[in-house]
Amino acid sequence: MKTIREKEQLVTNEFDRFDDWMDKYNYLIELGKSLQPIDDTYKTEQFLIKGCQARVWLHADYRDGKVVFSADSDALITKGIVALLIRVLSDQPPQDIIDADMDFIDRIGLREHLSQTRSNGLLNMIRQMKLYALAFQKTKQ
Amino acid sequence: MATFTEKIRKQFPILHRTVNDNPLVYFDNAATTQKPERVLERLRNYYAQENSNIHRGAHYLSHKATEAYEKARGTFQSFINARHHHEIIFTRGATEAINLVAHSFCKKFLSAGDEILISAMEHHSNIVPWQIACNDHKATLKVIPINEQGELAPNAYEQMLGEKTKLVAITHVSNALGTINPVKEIIAAAHKKNIPVLIDGAQAAPHIPVNVQDLDCDFYCFSGHKMYGPMGAGVLYGKEEWLNQMPPYQSGGEMIKEVRFEETFFNELPYKFEAGTPNVADVLGMEEAVRFIRDTGPDAIARHEDDLLQYATDKLKKTEKVRLIGTATNKTSVLSFLFEDIHPYDAGTLLDKMGIAVRTGHHCAQPVMDFFQIPGTIRVSFAAYNTHEEIDALANALTRVRKMFE
Repeated sequence: MKTIREKEQLVTNEFDRFDDWMDKYNYLIELGKSLQPIDDTYKTEQFLIKGCQARVWLHADYRDGKVVFSADSDALITKGIVALLIRVLSDQPPQDIIDADMDFIDRIGLREHLSQTRSNGLLNMIRQMKLYALAFQKTKQ
Repeated sequence: MATFTEKIRKQFPILHRTVNDNPLVYFDNAATTQKPERVLERLRNYYAQENSNIHRGAHYLSHKATEAYEKARGTFQSFINARHHHEIIFTRGATEAINLVAHSFCKKFLSAGDEILISAMEHHSNIVPWQIACNDHKATLKVIPINEQGELAPNAYEQMLGEKTKLVAITHVSNALGTINPVKEIIAAAHKKNIPVLIDGAQAAPHIPVNVQDLDCDFYCFSGHKMYGPMGAGVLYGKEEWLNQMPPYQSGGEMIKEVRFEETFFNELPYKFEAGTPNVADVLGMEEAVRFIRDTGPDAIARHEDDLLQYATDKLKKTEKVRLIGTATNKTSVLSFLFEDIHPYDAGTLLDKMGIAVRTGHHCAQPVMDFFQIPGTIRVSFAAYNTHEEIDALANALTRVRKMFE
Protein backbone atom coordinates (compact mmCIF):
# COMPACT_ATOMS: atom_id res chain seq x y z
CA MET A 1 0.00 0.00 0.00
CA LYS A 2 1.35 3.38 -0.98
CA THR A 3 1.74 6.15 1.57
CA ILE A 4 0.19 9.59 1.17
CA ARG A 5 3.62 10.98 0.23
CA GLU A 6 4.07 8.38 -2.49
CA LYS A 7 0.64 9.03 -3.89
CA GLU A 8 1.28 12.77 -3.87
CA GLN A 9 4.44 12.17 -5.88
CA LEU A 10 2.49 10.10 -8.37
CA VAL A 11 -0.06 12.86 -8.87
CA THR A 12 2.68 15.47 -9.20
CA ASN A 13 4.40 13.39 -11.89
CA GLU A 14 1.16 13.01 -13.79
CA PHE A 15 0.50 16.74 -13.75
CA ASP A 16 4.07 17.47 -14.83
CA ARG A 17 3.35 15.73 -18.13
CA PHE A 18 1.08 18.58 -19.18
CA ASP A 19 2.45 21.99 -20.11
CA ASP A 20 -0.83 23.63 -20.92
CA TRP A 21 -3.40 24.32 -18.23
CA MET A 22 -6.22 23.40 -20.59
CA ASP A 23 -4.70 19.88 -20.71
CA LYS A 24 -4.50 19.78 -16.93
CA TYR A 25 -8.16 20.71 -16.73
CA ASN A 26 -8.92 18.08 -19.30
CA TYR A 27 -7.21 15.60 -17.03
CA LEU A 28 -9.23 16.80 -14.03
CA ILE A 29 -12.41 16.33 -16.07
CA GLU A 30 -11.37 12.77 -16.91
CA LEU A 31 -10.61 12.12 -13.23
CA GLY A 32 -14.04 13.50 -12.37
CA LYS A 33 -15.73 11.21 -14.87
CA SER A 34 -13.94 8.16 -13.48
CA LEU A 35 -14.69 8.86 -9.81
CA GLN A 36 -16.62 5.99 -8.18
CA PRO A 37 -20.18 7.20 -7.70
CA ILE A 38 -21.20 7.92 -4.13
CA ASP A 39 -24.14 6.04 -2.61
CA ASP A 40 -27.23 8.16 -3.34
CA THR A 41 -28.27 8.07 0.32
CA TYR A 42 -25.29 10.32 1.07
CA LYS A 43 -26.25 12.98 -1.46
CA THR A 44 -28.08 14.96 1.20
CA GLU A 45 -27.70 18.28 2.97
CA GLN A 46 -25.92 16.49 5.81
CA PHE A 47 -22.99 15.45 3.62
CA LEU A 48 -22.77 18.68 1.64
CA ILE A 49 -19.54 20.65 2.06
CA LYS A 50 -20.27 24.27 2.88
CA GLY A 51 -18.57 27.08 1.04
CA CYS A 52 -18.29 25.57 -2.44
CA GLN A 53 -19.94 27.30 -5.39
CA ALA A 54 -20.67 23.87 -6.85
CA ARG A 55 -22.27 21.25 -4.64
CA VAL A 56 -19.92 18.64 -3.18
CA TRP A 57 -21.03 15.66 -1.11
CA LEU A 58 -18.42 13.82 0.94
CA HIS A 59 -18.81 10.63 2.94
CA ALA A 60 -16.28 8.59 4.93
CA ASP A 61 -16.22 5.04 6.24
CA TYR A 62 -13.80 3.48 8.68
CA ARG A 63 -12.63 0.02 7.61
CA ASP A 64 -9.76 -2.02 9.03
CA GLY A 65 -8.09 0.98 10.58
CA LYS A 66 -8.35 3.07 7.42
CA VAL A 67 -10.58 5.90 6.30
CA VAL A 68 -12.34 5.34 2.99
CA PHE A 69 -13.80 8.40 1.31
CA SER A 70 -16.45 8.68 -1.35
CA ALA A 71 -17.71 11.89 -2.94
CA ASP A 72 -19.62 13.49 -5.76
CA SER A 73 -20.20 16.95 -7.22
CA ASP A 74 -22.59 18.49 -9.72
CA ALA A 75 -19.63 20.23 -11.41
CA LEU A 76 -17.18 17.99 -13.23
CA ILE A 77 -13.96 19.95 -12.60
CA THR A 78 -14.83 20.13 -8.91
CA LYS A 79 -15.47 16.39 -9.04
CA GLY A 80 -12.03 15.95 -10.61
CA ILE A 81 -10.43 17.92 -7.81
CA VAL A 82 -12.22 15.90 -5.16
CA ALA A 83 -11.21 12.70 -7.01
CA LEU A 84 -7.61 13.86 -6.75
CA LEU A 85 -7.96 14.35 -2.99
CA ILE A 86 -9.62 10.95 -2.61
CA ARG A 87 -6.82 9.29 -4.55
CA VAL A 88 -4.27 10.72 -2.15
CA LEU A 89 -6.12 10.51 1.16
CA SER A 90 -8.50 7.59 0.89
CA ASP A 91 -7.61 4.20 2.35
CA GLN A 92 -5.12 5.67 4.80
CA PRO A 93 -4.87 5.56 8.59
CA PRO A 94 -6.58 8.53 10.30
CA GLN A 95 -3.35 9.86 11.81
CA ASP A 96 -1.66 10.01 8.39
CA ILE A 97 -4.59 11.95 6.97
CA ILE A 98 -4.50 14.37 9.89
CA ASP A 99 -0.75 14.86 9.41
CA ALA A 100 -0.83 15.26 5.60
CA ASP A 101 0.42 18.74 4.63
CA MET A 102 -1.13 18.50 1.15
CA ASP A 103 1.55 20.73 -0.34
CA PHE A 104 1.36 18.81 -3.63
CA ILE A 105 -1.63 21.04 -4.42
CA ASP A 106 0.75 23.97 -4.55
CA ARG A 107 3.41 21.92 -6.33
CA ILE A 108 1.09 21.05 -9.21
CA GLY A 109 0.04 24.70 -9.31
CA LEU A 110 -3.59 23.89 -8.68
CA ARG A 111 -4.22 26.48 -6.01
CA GLU A 112 -2.92 29.43 -7.99
CA HIS A 113 -5.03 28.35 -10.96
CA LEU A 114 -8.24 28.22 -8.99
CA SER A 115 -10.49 31.18 -8.44
CA GLN A 116 -10.81 32.48 -4.89
CA THR A 117 -14.14 30.72 -4.32
CA ARG A 118 -12.90 27.46 -5.77
CA SER A 119 -9.73 27.66 -3.71
CA ASN A 120 -11.83 28.17 -0.57
CA GLY A 121 -13.93 25.21 -1.63
CA LEU A 122 -10.79 23.10 -1.97
CA LEU A 123 -9.66 24.06 1.53
CA ASN A 124 -13.11 23.21 2.89
CA MET A 125 -12.92 19.78 1.23
CA ILE A 126 -9.53 19.05 2.81
CA ARG A 127 -10.72 20.33 6.18
CA GLN A 128 -13.78 18.09 6.03
CA MET A 129 -11.65 15.05 5.14
CA LYS A 130 -9.35 15.76 8.07
CA LEU A 131 -12.32 16.22 10.38
CA TYR A 132 -13.58 12.78 9.42
CA ALA A 133 -10.14 11.33 10.12
CA LEU A 134 -10.04 13.11 13.46
CA ALA A 135 -13.46 11.72 14.42
CA PHE A 136 -12.41 8.16 13.52
CA GLN A 137 -9.14 8.63 15.41
CA LYS A 138 -11.07 9.64 18.53
CA THR A 139 -13.47 6.67 18.39
CA LYS A 140 -10.46 4.41 18.03
CA GLN A 141 -8.90 5.65 21.26
CA MET B 1 -10.48 55.32 -40.68
CA ALA B 2 -10.68 53.75 -37.27
CA THR B 3 -13.90 51.96 -36.48
CA PHE B 4 -16.22 52.90 -33.61
CA THR B 5 -14.77 50.25 -31.27
CA GLU B 6 -11.15 50.82 -32.32
CA LYS B 7 -11.47 54.45 -31.26
CA ILE B 8 -12.99 53.45 -27.96
CA ARG B 9 -10.63 50.57 -27.20
CA LYS B 10 -7.60 52.84 -27.60
CA GLN B 11 -8.80 54.75 -24.54
CA PHE B 12 -8.85 51.71 -22.23
CA PRO B 13 -5.34 50.62 -21.16
CA ILE B 14 -6.48 47.36 -19.54
CA LEU B 15 -7.98 46.07 -22.79
CA HIS B 16 -4.50 45.74 -24.21
CA ARG B 17 -3.18 43.28 -21.67
CA THR B 18 -3.20 39.51 -21.91
CA VAL B 19 -4.73 36.99 -19.50
CA ASN B 20 -3.41 33.42 -19.35
CA ASP B 21 -1.37 34.19 -22.48
CA ASN B 22 -4.46 35.17 -24.46
CA PRO B 23 -5.63 38.67 -25.34
CA LEU B 24 -8.17 39.71 -22.70
CA VAL B 25 -11.81 39.42 -23.74
CA TYR B 26 -13.73 41.25 -21.07
CA PHE B 27 -17.38 40.25 -20.90
CA ASP B 28 -18.07 40.94 -17.22
CA ASN B 29 -19.28 44.48 -17.67
CA ALA B 30 -22.46 44.03 -15.66
CA ALA B 31 -20.22 43.43 -12.64
CA THR B 32 -18.00 46.40 -13.39
CA THR B 33 -16.80 48.09 -16.57
CA GLN B 34 -13.21 48.99 -17.36
CA LYS B 35 -12.08 52.60 -17.05
CA PRO B 36 -10.84 54.87 -19.83
CA GLU B 37 -7.54 56.72 -19.48
CA ARG B 38 -9.32 60.06 -18.98
CA VAL B 39 -11.08 58.75 -15.85
CA LEU B 40 -7.78 57.49 -14.45
CA GLU B 41 -6.18 60.80 -15.31
CA ARG B 42 -9.01 62.71 -13.62
CA LEU B 43 -8.41 60.79 -10.37
CA ARG B 44 -4.69 61.38 -10.57
CA ASN B 45 -5.12 65.05 -11.32
CA TYR B 46 -7.50 65.54 -8.41
CA TYR B 47 -5.01 64.14 -5.94
CA ALA B 48 -2.02 65.78 -7.67
CA GLN B 49 -3.48 69.27 -8.10
CA GLU B 50 -6.81 69.80 -6.33
CA ASN B 51 -7.01 67.60 -3.23
CA SER B 52 -8.63 69.32 -0.29
CA ASN B 53 -11.57 68.81 2.01
CA ILE B 54 -14.65 70.45 0.64
CA HIS B 55 -17.33 72.82 1.97
CA ARG B 56 -15.34 73.92 4.99
CA GLY B 57 -11.88 75.18 4.18
CA ALA B 58 -11.12 78.88 4.00
CA HIS B 59 -8.46 78.43 1.36
CA TYR B 60 -7.95 78.26 -2.37
CA LEU B 61 -7.78 74.46 -2.80
CA SER B 62 -10.85 73.88 -0.69
CA HIS B 63 -12.81 76.36 -2.79
CA LYS B 64 -11.60 74.65 -5.96
CA ALA B 65 -12.48 71.15 -4.73
CA THR B 66 -15.88 72.31 -3.49
CA GLU B 67 -16.57 73.98 -6.81
CA ALA B 68 -15.59 70.84 -8.75
CA TYR B 69 -17.68 68.59 -6.51
CA GLU B 70 -20.79 70.75 -6.81
CA LYS B 71 -20.26 71.09 -10.54
CA ALA B 72 -20.23 67.28 -10.74
CA ARG B 73 -23.61 67.28 -9.00
CA GLY B 74 -24.81 69.49 -11.82
CA THR B 75 -23.41 67.09 -14.42
CA PHE B 76 -25.46 64.27 -12.89
CA GLN B 77 -28.50 66.49 -12.61
CA SER B 78 -28.40 66.96 -16.36
CA PHE B 79 -27.30 63.35 -17.04
CA ILE B 80 -30.61 62.05 -15.67
CA ASN B 81 -32.53 65.31 -16.14
CA ALA B 82 -33.39 65.92 -12.49
CA ARG B 83 -35.41 69.06 -11.73
CA HIS B 84 -33.13 70.25 -8.92
CA HIS B 85 -29.42 70.24 -8.20
CA HIS B 86 -30.08 69.19 -4.57
CA GLU B 87 -32.00 66.10 -5.66
CA ILE B 88 -28.69 64.44 -6.49
CA ILE B 89 -27.18 62.68 -3.46
CA PHE B 90 -23.73 61.16 -3.82
CA THR B 91 -23.37 57.70 -2.30
CA ARG B 92 -20.88 54.83 -2.45
CA GLY B 93 -22.99 53.19 -5.12
CA ALA B 94 -26.45 51.86 -5.90
CA THR B 95 -26.38 49.53 -2.89
CA GLU B 96 -25.80 52.36 -0.45
CA ALA B 97 -28.45 54.44 -2.22
CA ILE B 98 -31.06 51.71 -1.74
CA ASN B 99 -29.99 51.23 1.87
CA LEU B 100 -30.37 54.96 2.44
CA VAL B 101 -33.96 54.95 1.19
CA ALA B 102 -34.79 51.66 2.93
CA HIS B 103 -33.56 53.15 6.20
CA SER B 104 -34.78 56.73 6.01
CA PHE B 105 -37.98 56.38 4.03
CA CYS B 106 -39.12 53.37 6.02
CA LYS B 107 -38.30 55.00 9.35
CA LYS B 108 -40.72 57.76 8.49
CA PHE B 109 -43.36 56.09 6.37
CA LEU B 110 -43.45 52.35 7.06
CA SER B 111 -45.66 51.00 9.87
CA ALA B 112 -46.79 47.59 11.10
CA GLY B 113 -49.01 45.84 8.57
CA ASP B 114 -47.75 47.89 5.60
CA GLU B 115 -46.31 46.35 2.46
CA ILE B 116 -43.32 46.97 0.20
CA LEU B 117 -43.45 45.60 -3.31
CA ILE B 118 -40.42 44.33 -5.19
CA SER B 119 -40.05 41.91 -8.12
CA ALA B 120 -38.73 38.36 -8.44
CA MET B 121 -35.86 39.53 -10.67
CA GLU B 122 -34.18 41.88 -8.20
CA HIS B 123 -30.51 41.92 -7.32
CA HIS B 124 -29.91 41.03 -3.65
CA SER B 125 -29.20 44.75 -3.10
CA ASN B 126 -32.81 45.50 -3.90
CA ILE B 127 -34.15 42.65 -1.78
CA VAL B 128 -32.23 42.48 1.49
CA PRO B 129 -32.49 46.17 2.56
CA TRP B 130 -36.28 45.93 2.19
CA GLN B 131 -36.39 42.63 4.01
CA ILE B 132 -34.54 44.20 6.93
CA ALA B 133 -36.76 47.31 6.88
CA CYS B 134 -39.91 45.16 6.78
CA ASN B 135 -38.60 43.13 9.71
CA ASP B 136 -37.78 46.24 11.71
CA HIS B 137 -41.19 47.82 11.09
CA LYS B 138 -43.30 44.62 11.13
CA ALA B 139 -44.28 45.16 7.51
CA THR B 140 -44.52 42.59 4.69
CA LEU B 141 -42.36 42.23 1.58
CA LYS B 142 -44.41 41.27 -1.49
CA VAL B 143 -42.87 39.96 -4.68
CA ILE B 144 -44.17 40.46 -8.23
CA PRO B 145 -43.68 37.13 -10.07
CA ILE B 146 -41.82 36.68 -13.36
CA ASN B 147 -42.56 34.41 -16.32
CA GLU B 148 -40.42 31.91 -18.26
CA GLN B 149 -39.09 34.65 -20.53
CA GLY B 150 -37.81 36.52 -17.51
CA GLU B 151 -40.36 39.30 -17.78
CA LEU B 152 -42.67 40.56 -15.06
CA ALA B 153 -45.83 38.46 -15.15
CA PRO B 154 -48.41 40.56 -16.97
CA ASN B 155 -51.31 41.86 -14.87
CA ALA B 156 -49.88 40.55 -11.60
CA TYR B 157 -48.33 43.88 -10.64
CA GLU B 158 -51.36 46.15 -10.64
CA GLN B 159 -53.35 43.65 -8.61
CA MET B 160 -50.65 43.63 -5.98
CA LEU B 161 -50.72 47.42 -5.53
CA GLY B 162 -52.96 47.82 -2.51
CA GLU B 163 -53.88 50.25 0.21
CA LYS B 164 -51.12 48.86 2.38
CA THR B 165 -48.40 49.30 -0.27
CA LYS B 166 -46.04 52.05 0.88
CA LEU B 167 -43.35 51.75 -1.79
CA VAL B 168 -42.52 49.89 -4.98
CA ALA B 169 -38.81 49.10 -5.53
CA ILE B 170 -37.97 47.61 -8.89
CA THR B 171 -35.04 47.26 -11.21
CA HIS B 172 -34.87 49.12 -14.52
CA VAL B 173 -32.76 46.37 -16.12
CA SER B 174 -32.25 42.90 -14.64
CA ASN B 175 -28.58 42.13 -13.97
CA ALA B 176 -29.09 38.39 -14.36
CA LEU B 177 -31.45 38.37 -17.35
CA GLY B 178 -31.01 41.66 -19.19
CA THR B 179 -34.75 42.32 -19.18
CA ILE B 180 -35.70 45.99 -19.52
CA ASN B 181 -38.77 46.55 -17.35
CA PRO B 182 -41.54 48.91 -18.47
CA VAL B 183 -40.74 51.21 -15.57
CA LYS B 184 -42.67 54.21 -16.88
CA GLU B 185 -45.91 52.21 -16.85
CA ILE B 186 -45.00 50.67 -13.49
CA ILE B 187 -44.49 54.13 -12.00
CA ALA B 188 -47.69 55.53 -13.52
CA ALA B 189 -49.76 52.65 -12.11
CA ALA B 190 -48.30 53.14 -8.62
CA HIS B 191 -48.82 56.90 -8.75
CA LYS B 192 -52.50 56.40 -9.49
CA LYS B 193 -52.64 55.07 -5.94
CA ASN B 194 -50.18 57.66 -4.60
CA ILE B 195 -47.47 55.05 -4.03
CA PRO B 196 -43.88 56.19 -4.59
CA VAL B 197 -41.48 54.12 -6.70
CA LEU B 198 -37.73 53.50 -6.43
CA ILE B 199 -35.94 52.37 -9.58
CA ASP B 200 -32.66 50.47 -9.31
CA GLY B 201 -30.83 51.78 -12.36
CA ALA B 202 -27.45 50.11 -11.77
CA GLN B 203 -27.71 48.11 -14.99
CA ALA B 204 -29.64 50.72 -16.95
CA ALA B 205 -27.65 53.94 -16.59
CA PRO B 206 -24.62 52.60 -18.53
CA HIS B 207 -26.75 51.45 -21.45
CA ILE B 208 -29.93 53.46 -21.90
CA PRO B 209 -30.62 57.18 -21.55
CA VAL B 210 -32.36 57.93 -18.24
CA ASN B 211 -34.76 60.82 -17.78
CA VAL B 212 -36.12 60.88 -14.24
CA GLN B 213 -38.65 63.62 -14.91
CA ASP B 214 -40.07 61.75 -17.86
CA LEU B 215 -40.16 58.49 -15.89
CA ASP B 216 -41.56 60.44 -12.94
CA CYS B 217 -39.85 58.01 -10.52
CA ASP B 218 -39.54 59.08 -6.89
CA PHE B 219 -36.09 57.58 -6.41
CA TYR B 220 -33.49 56.41 -8.93
CA CYS B 221 -30.03 55.05 -8.20
CA PHE B 222 -26.93 53.83 -9.98
CA SER B 223 -23.23 53.09 -9.49
CA GLY B 224 -20.39 54.89 -11.23
CA HIS B 225 -18.18 51.82 -11.58
CA LYS B 226 -20.66 50.06 -13.86
CA MET B 227 -20.50 53.00 -16.28
CA TYR B 228 -16.75 53.45 -16.82
CA GLY B 229 -16.23 55.35 -13.56
CA PRO B 230 -14.20 54.39 -10.50
CA MET B 231 -15.45 52.12 -7.74
CA GLY B 232 -16.83 53.75 -4.63
CA ALA B 233 -19.12 56.44 -6.02
CA GLY B 234 -22.74 56.37 -7.04
CA VAL B 235 -25.88 58.47 -7.18
CA LEU B 236 -29.21 58.54 -5.44
CA TYR B 237 -31.77 60.74 -7.09
CA GLY B 238 -34.80 61.52 -4.96
CA LYS B 239 -37.67 63.90 -5.46
CA GLU B 240 -37.22 66.91 -3.24
CA GLU B 241 -40.59 66.42 -1.53
CA TRP B 242 -39.62 62.93 -0.36
CA LEU B 243 -36.03 63.69 0.56
CA ASN B 244 -37.14 66.69 2.64
CA GLN B 245 -39.49 64.54 4.68
CA MET B 246 -36.99 61.75 5.29
CA PRO B 247 -34.71 61.72 8.35
CA PRO B 248 -30.92 61.53 7.80
CA TYR B 249 -29.35 58.14 7.10
CA GLN B 250 -25.92 58.56 8.67
CA SER B 251 -24.85 61.38 10.93
CA GLY B 252 -21.66 63.29 11.55
CA GLY B 253 -19.99 66.25 9.91
CA GLU B 254 -21.42 68.14 6.94
CA MET B 255 -25.00 66.90 7.47
CA ILE B 256 -25.59 69.31 10.34
CA LYS B 257 -26.57 72.95 10.55
CA GLU B 258 -26.08 73.44 14.25
CA VAL B 259 -24.89 71.08 16.95
CA ARG B 260 -25.63 71.56 20.64
CA PHE B 261 -25.40 68.84 23.23
CA GLU B 262 -29.14 69.26 23.80
CA GLU B 263 -30.14 69.08 20.14
CA THR B 264 -28.77 69.06 16.61
CA PHE B 265 -30.33 70.80 13.62
CA PHE B 266 -29.79 69.08 10.31
CA ASN B 267 -28.48 70.65 7.17
CA GLU B 268 -30.61 71.09 4.08
CA LEU B 269 -30.58 68.96 0.92
CA PRO B 270 -28.42 67.41 -0.39
CA TYR B 271 -25.98 67.72 2.54
CA LYS B 272 -28.44 66.19 5.02
CA PHE B 273 -27.71 62.83 3.36
CA GLU B 274 -23.97 63.24 2.87
CA ALA B 275 -22.47 62.79 6.32
CA GLY B 276 -18.71 62.93 6.66
CA THR B 277 -16.03 63.75 4.11
CA PRO B 278 -17.39 62.65 0.75
CA ASN B 279 -15.53 60.62 -1.85
CA VAL B 280 -14.62 63.66 -3.91
CA ALA B 281 -12.04 62.02 -6.18
CA ASP B 282 -14.30 59.18 -7.25
CA VAL B 283 -17.26 61.50 -7.76
CA LEU B 284 -15.06 63.57 -10.10
CA GLY B 285 -13.88 60.38 -11.80
CA MET B 286 -17.49 59.33 -12.22
CA GLU B 287 -18.26 62.74 -13.72
CA GLU B 288 -15.44 62.22 -16.21
CA ALA B 289 -17.01 58.86 -17.11
CA VAL B 290 -20.25 60.66 -17.93
CA ARG B 291 -18.26 63.00 -20.19
CA PHE B 292 -16.75 59.92 -21.85
CA ILE B 293 -20.26 58.56 -22.49
CA ARG B 294 -21.39 61.92 -23.84
CA ASP B 295 -18.40 62.29 -26.12
CA THR B 296 -18.79 58.74 -27.42
CA GLY B 297 -22.51 59.26 -27.89
CA PRO B 298 -25.07 57.49 -25.69
CA ASP B 299 -27.20 56.55 -28.69
CA ALA B 300 -24.24 55.16 -30.61
CA ILE B 301 -23.24 53.09 -27.54
CA ALA B 302 -26.79 51.75 -27.16
CA ARG B 303 -26.97 50.84 -30.87
CA HIS B 304 -23.60 49.10 -30.74
CA GLU B 305 -24.50 47.13 -27.62
CA ASP B 306 -27.86 46.08 -29.04
CA ASP B 307 -26.06 44.89 -32.13
CA LEU B 308 -23.60 42.86 -30.03
CA LEU B 309 -26.44 41.34 -28.02
CA GLN B 310 -28.27 40.30 -31.17
CA TYR B 311 -25.12 38.88 -32.76
CA ALA B 312 -24.19 36.91 -29.63
CA THR B 313 -27.75 35.66 -29.10
CA ASP B 314 -27.84 34.33 -32.67
CA LYS B 315 -24.47 32.65 -32.24
CA LEU B 316 -25.45 30.99 -28.98
CA LYS B 317 -28.74 29.77 -30.38
CA LYS B 318 -26.69 27.87 -32.95
CA THR B 319 -24.45 26.33 -30.26
CA GLU B 320 -25.39 22.80 -29.24
CA LYS B 321 -27.17 22.21 -25.93
CA VAL B 322 -27.19 25.86 -24.93
CA ARG B 323 -30.15 27.09 -22.92
CA LEU B 324 -30.69 30.85 -22.86
CA ILE B 325 -32.00 32.22 -19.56
CA GLY B 326 -33.92 35.45 -20.05
CA THR B 327 -35.53 35.77 -23.43
CA ALA B 328 -37.55 38.93 -22.89
CA THR B 329 -38.58 40.91 -25.95
CA ASN B 330 -37.03 44.04 -24.53
CA LYS B 331 -33.45 43.36 -23.44
CA THR B 332 -30.10 45.06 -23.15
CA SER B 333 -26.44 44.08 -22.89
CA VAL B 334 -26.78 40.92 -20.77
CA LEU B 335 -26.79 37.39 -22.10
CA SER B 336 -27.28 34.63 -19.55
CA PHE B 337 -27.08 30.99 -20.56
CA LEU B 338 -25.89 27.56 -19.58
CA PHE B 339 -25.06 24.27 -21.19
CA GLU B 340 -27.66 21.66 -20.35
CA ASP B 341 -25.04 19.21 -19.11
CA ILE B 342 -22.11 21.36 -17.98
CA HIS B 343 -22.03 23.19 -14.67
CA PRO B 344 -21.73 26.93 -15.38
CA TYR B 345 -18.87 27.08 -12.94
CA ASP B 346 -16.86 24.52 -14.96
CA ALA B 347 -17.52 26.39 -18.19
CA GLY B 348 -16.53 29.71 -16.60
CA THR B 349 -13.26 28.24 -15.30
CA LEU B 350 -12.26 27.05 -18.75
CA LEU B 351 -13.31 30.27 -20.47
CA ASP B 352 -11.07 32.12 -18.03
CA LYS B 353 -8.15 29.91 -19.02
CA MET B 354 -8.76 31.02 -22.59
CA GLY B 355 -8.65 34.68 -21.57
CA ILE B 356 -12.41 35.26 -21.61
CA ALA B 357 -13.81 36.96 -18.52
CA VAL B 358 -17.42 36.08 -17.80
CA ARG B 359 -19.33 35.77 -14.60
CA THR B 360 -20.74 32.46 -13.47
CA GLY B 361 -23.09 31.71 -10.62
CA HIS B 362 -26.25 33.29 -9.33
CA HIS B 363 -25.19 36.92 -10.02
CA CYS B 364 -26.51 38.06 -6.63
CA ALA B 365 -29.99 37.10 -7.78
CA GLN B 366 -30.56 33.71 -6.17
CA PRO B 367 -34.36 33.89 -6.41
CA VAL B 368 -34.03 34.17 -10.20
CA MET B 369 -31.94 30.98 -10.34
CA ASP B 370 -34.43 29.22 -8.04
CA PHE B 371 -37.25 30.24 -10.37
CA PHE B 372 -35.49 28.65 -13.36
CA GLN B 373 -34.34 25.74 -11.15
CA ILE B 374 -30.71 26.08 -12.21
CA PRO B 375 -27.50 26.32 -10.16
CA GLY B 376 -26.52 29.50 -11.96
CA THR B 377 -25.70 30.78 -15.41
CA ILE B 378 -22.77 31.93 -17.48
CA ARG B 379 -23.32 35.63 -17.93
CA VAL B 380 -21.84 37.59 -20.79
CA SER B 381 -22.40 41.33 -20.53
CA PHE B 382 -21.36 43.97 -23.01
CA ALA B 383 -19.94 47.47 -22.98
CA ALA B 384 -19.12 50.02 -25.64
CA TYR B 385 -15.64 48.56 -26.27
CA ASN B 386 -16.67 44.97 -27.00
CA THR B 387 -16.42 43.71 -30.56
CA HIS B 388 -17.97 41.12 -32.86
CA GLU B 389 -14.58 39.41 -33.05
CA GLU B 390 -14.65 38.92 -29.28
CA ILE B 391 -18.02 37.22 -29.60
CA ASP B 392 -16.53 34.96 -32.29
CA ALA B 393 -13.73 34.13 -29.85
CA LEU B 394 -16.33 33.31 -27.20
CA ALA B 395 -18.23 31.05 -29.59
CA ASN B 396 -15.03 29.18 -30.48
CA ALA B 397 -14.09 28.86 -26.83
CA LEU B 398 -17.55 27.48 -26.01
CA THR B 399 -17.19 24.87 -28.74
CA ARG B 400 -13.87 23.85 -27.22
CA VAL B 401 -15.45 23.60 -23.74
CA ARG B 402 -18.29 21.54 -25.21
CA LYS B 403 -15.79 19.07 -26.68
CA MET B 404 -13.88 18.69 -23.41
CA PHE B 405 -17.02 17.47 -21.67
CA GLU B 406 -18.10 14.98 -24.31
